[in-house]
Amino acid sequence: MSSRFRTIDACATVAFAALAAVALSGCERERRDYTGTAPPPPASETVRVGDLQPGEHEAPEADPHGRYFEGNAYHVNQGTQLYKAFNCTGCHANGGGGIGPALMDAEWRYGGSIEQIHASIVQGRPNGMPSFRGKIPDDQIWEIAAYVRTLSGNAPKYVAGGGRQGMAVAPPTSRLPTLQPRTTESGQ
Amino acid sequence: MTMAPAADQAQAIARVWQAMFWPNVAIYAAVLVALGWALWRRRDQEDDRGTQDRQERHWSRALLGWTAFIAVVLTVYTAVSFVQDRRLMARAPDALRVRVTGKQWWWQVEYLDADPSRQVVAANELHLPAGRMTRIELLSDDVIHSLWIPELNGKQDLIPGRRTELAVTPRAPGHFRGECAEFCGLQHAHMLLPVTVDSPQAFATWLDAQRAPAPEPVSAAAQRGRHVFESGPCVMCHAIAGTTAGSNTGPDLTHVASRPTLAAGALPNDRAHLTAWLVNPQAFKPGTNMPNPHLAPQDVADVVEYLESLR
Repeated sequence: MSSRFRTIDACATVAFAALAAVALSGCERERRDYTGTAPPPPASETVRVGDLQPGEHEAPEADPHGRYFEGNAYHVNQGTQLYKAFNCTGCHANGGGGIGPALMDAEWRYGGSIEQIHASIVQGRPNGMPSFRGKIPDDQIWEIAAYVRTLSGNAPKYVAGGGRQGMAVAPPTSRLPTLQPRTTESGQ
Repeated sequence: MTMAPAADQAQAIARVWQAMFWPNVAIYAAVLVALGWALWRRRDQEDDRGTQDRQERHWSRALLGWTAFIAVVLTVYTAVSFVQDRRLMARAPDALRVRVTGKQWWWQVEYLDADPSRQVVAANELHLPAGRMTRIELLSDDVIHSLWIPELNGKQDLIPGRRTELAVTPRAPGHFRGECAEFCGLQHAHMLLPVTVDSPQAFATWLDAQRAPAPEPVSAAAQRGRHVFESGPCVMCHAIAGTTAGSNTGPDLTHVASRPTLAAGALPNDRAHLTAWLVNPQAFKPGTNMPNPHLAPQDVADVVEYLESLR
């Protein structure tokens, strides 16, 4: 075989490998992990002595689970269902807020990264947000947090849903502009 | 035929089937015989125009007769279908009202009553009284499902945002198998609805037992189990009447131990399977909305102790 053919062979192999890599990364978006990957959070937190809560300045460290759940369409979709099932809508409506703050804008009192949203759900926040520690399994909290990120257009476009929950006449979450989270200064 | 209709509606469907099946068998056989004869008959060698004309008239009359016969048969079929359809759609004024809601992947069963305190919420089992019509109102919470209890009636779809209805008048006590008959997702095959037809007295007894709130746990383990249930992840989705658990996302567990199966037919309902289910639901029904609750082994044992007391 001539060297020219070997080069073509090598090119074909590389091209095929690249194609396979692209195809496999597509699988990751849809991968359905039912058994759970996140370890359960500690069953109890240390005794709380005041109302002060960590906000942006004491943000939880970046957690690999956050990235994983945010980048997976199945988990975002499960989060959509759980958001309704666990009555997040009772206070936050379909993201527009009501009793609780809106989740579809850029304003975040306690941080808008997925780790911070996860922490807010686990720990609860003053003036009404209950703590769901020990109530919702940790995987599901990550799923809800991932869905909440889509409401302000912060989840990757390739995982955000094409439809909308509720009756809001709004574009699908995959077509929302990305609102960079910013923390309100006063916490109000 | 091996059909065993056990309700008036299934009987009506069976009648239409029998009325159409046997005449159709006879007609099909006659057509095949005629076809065979047409293939095998010898073409007349001699070119006798007179004989051919006579045969032509002969066959025209026969064909006309056959067409008239088919028209009569179809008219009779339409009449039979019409009459039996009346029976399918008939509604008794004193019918029992039941609402069945299809969910991924289980059935919520509500016994409706004008007095709200007498309504019953059950799941994954349907009890019906013999000799009385039950009107089953069908709703769906997520995707299109379809309820099929072959011995009692035909299929009826459950469509999100729409109310459909199925009436059944079972005639004798027995056990039947209802299933989802419309592909509704990964665990469509594990969406079983065991149906029990009771005598009217037995049904009344069962319904009264279902109306009662959950019994108070007696043993220390069961009491601890109830505490774990009410303070842990279970309470986020499940309801148990008489306790603070009141969510309606998952099946109502007020009388869970009295049900024939677990997880809509995925597992038999006994202590060992319930324990295995609580340790890892996804191993038995991958994709089910019941997550792994990550309970400590002692908590699982206590919760099982409590749930087993809910008869």
